[in-house]
Amino acid sequence: MGLFILRRVGVMLLTALCLTFIVFFLTNLYPNLEKLAKTQGNFRMSDEQVETWLGNRGYLEPTLIKYGEWLGVAPGYVIEGSDGEIRGRCFNSNDNPDEAPKFCGVLQGDWGFSTVFKEPSSDIIATRLGLTGKLMLWVLIVMIPTALIVGILAGMREGSVLDRSLSTFSIATTATPEYVSGVIFIAVFASSAVGLKWFKGSATSAMESANFENFALPVITIALYGMGYVARMTRASMAEVMTAQYIRTARLKGVSFRNIVMKHALRNALIAPFTVIMLQVPWLLNGVVIVETLFNYKGFGWVLVQAAGNNDVELLLGVSVVSVVVVLITQLISDIGYVYLNPRIKVS
Amino acid sequence: MEPLSWGEIIARIFSDLTPTWIALVVMFALSFFYKRKLGLYGKLFDSTIGMIGLAMVMFWVFTGIFSAVDMIGTHDPLGQISGMKNKVPGTPVRGNPEGVYEYYLLGGDNLARDVYTRMVKGSWEVIKIAPFATIFAFMVGITLGLPAGYYGGRLDTFLSFLANLILAFPVILLFYLLVTPEIIATGIPVYMAGVLFIFPIVFFVILFNSRFYTQPNKRNIYLAVTILLGGWLYLGIAWNADPLGIVSFPPNVLVVFVSVVFVNSPTVFRIVRGLTLDIKTRDYVAAAQTRGEGPWYIMLWEILPNARGPLIVDFCLRIGYVTILLGTLGFFGLGLSPESPDWGSTINDGRKLLSVYLHPALAPALSLLSLVLGLNLLADGLREESLRD
Repeated sequence: MGLFILRRVGVMLLTALCLTFIVFFLTNLYPNLEKLAKTQGNFRMSDEQVETWLGNRGYLEPTLIKYGEWLGVAPGYVIEGSDGEIRGRCFNSNDNPDEAPKFCGVLQGDWGFSTVFKEPSSDIIATRLGLTGKLMLWVLIVMIPTALIVGILAGMREGSVLDRSLSTFSIATTATPEYVSGVIFIAVFASSAVGLKWFKGSATSAMESANFENFALPVITIALYGMGYVARMTRASMAEVMTAQYIRTARLKGVSFRNIVMKHALRNALIAPFTVIMLQVPWLLNGVVIVETLFNYKGFGWVLVQAAGNNDVELLLGVSVVSVVVVLITQLISDIGYVYLNPRIKVS
Repeated sequence: MEPLSWGEIIARIFSDLTPTWIALVVMFALSFFYKRKLGLYGKLFDSTIGMIGLAMVMFWVFTGIFSAVDMIGTHDPLGQISGMKNKVPGTPVRGNPEGVYEYYLLGGDNLARDVYTRMVKGSWEVIKIAPFATIFAFMVGITLGLPAGYYGGRLDTFLSFLANLILAFPVILLFYLLVTPEIIATGIPVYMAGVLFIFPIVFFVILFNSRFYTQPNKRNIYLAVTILLGGWLYLGIAWNADPLGIVSFPPNVLVVFVSVVFVNSPTVFRIVRGLTLDIKTRDYVAAAQTRGEGPWYIMLWEILPNARGPLIVDFCLRIGYVTILLGTLGFFGLGLSPESPDWGSTINDGRKLLSVYLHPALAPALSLLSLVLGLNLLADGLREESLRD
């Protein structure tokens, strides 16, 4: 088991390195840098001016070296610019270059500086991640029990009317992406055209104080899309368990249906959904981006859109590191949990 | 003129969609009549859910096709008529100009364009991209997944690592990185298209070669046709260098197409690999090996046909997922041109005024929902019918 985890962590680190390099490479392509120079410097810069601007700020070094600097395994650049000013990766314009550390990258805890928000990337990511964490927590609290109950109810009597209607419901939710259900919810529950006005169509105020009125719609929108899939997996797993021999034995012994479901079937039927739920978390990230844009909730997904839209390189890298790590950790947990929960699988 | 009531609006939309209804009725009548001769497709007509799904999907397919040839749709999807901004459904066109349809059946959007026509035209934007992108993703996934599952070992480790790498990427981040004008300027999408679009040609070449290499005459004909036709399309689509100048692909559509294929092929790869791992232990594969068949023959003519059930079901689901992805791209204003009537962009346009005017966003949202729901129901029906035998 220890070796298994160790190997998985190794693969995970390799994946994270590859992915961040891809993001780094794509954001550091010359047309992107040119756009960055023009938005940061001056929109009317000539091509030569763009080149000196980028050169003075160390953007024109080879990609691999820049990547090493960002990671913190290569010494940060110190360049005496064509305008005579000395700029370096590890110090600001008013610091003494000699006292600055040689290495400053992600490994040293320096996540860079956001060019859009004018703040250190790590601060932005930390606060925004907290806000999204709140959203995700409520999504999971709503989604998991509902999905499991729907799946178990549908799977315990396969082919019944209850099964048919609940299955159709879960198919319908998987067919409704967040930007569709969100729009429908706002139209029905928050617009003045329909006039119900039960909830608010914007979740901006939920960033400080979340309450039912301003937080329910975004939470339901994300939870609904993820729910259908988990419910269908639970149903399949439950239906399979209900046909097993030991359930039949229990039935023949005269155990009541209620006890069969609660005491015998549930425990085995919940192994598969556990993996699915964990693997669903990265998908929720997509939903988070859409819903945060739609409801104007300024969390992690909103930052992703802002960073990517403005080619804010270091913030975007930070965002992608965090999201990739979230994806990989959930995969790891789901693998380990599956082995742990299911005694029939032995890892060697 | 008086605005239309809801009954009249529905009746007018119904009559505008006449070509679609005719096509649907003809298709269902023919399919019912020849149901027993049509294999799995015919069996679909035994399942209510499958039929409902098929009807919903084909409704949008026919609507898309007929709107592309201008048999459906009342106005110009880009045309603005002054005074029609954000008007409610059924509003008569101001001033009643000559030669223009008298009403905006589903109202006007914030640029005074007809919502109904844009909704109908939007279906064509989906129909012309989603199925083909899915087919390409399947070609890539099958061509790589079969050998990964069949040979195993290093090849499998390497390809699975690559697939997991792409799958670990948040889709939206990938889209934001790939589908920008700056990236199009670097030519990266073209190179990706160059790599991804070669797979169908490779697939068919191997497919025919492994089957007919004992009959060189037949094989040569098949291969020549595949390479000529495939190469011609390949040059036109990927490199925009068709020597005849017929096939071409606008660069912003190409980048959307490529990124959708790129995101979907790893999942297909994993499914095909899993199925291959399962099927290669069967007796008929061992029999083929004993006969001395080549590995590609076994993969493509023994394993692949026996994996078709789950693959067909996933194909339907995947078209739905691609539709959702295309909508996501439109929703974030990536790729397609801003005036494009595709559903994602239209929802994005409409959502800004959602609390006051519902119709511009609601019409495309419900359309997208019904198409994807139809595809999911269709997949469910197919799964049920294919499990039955």
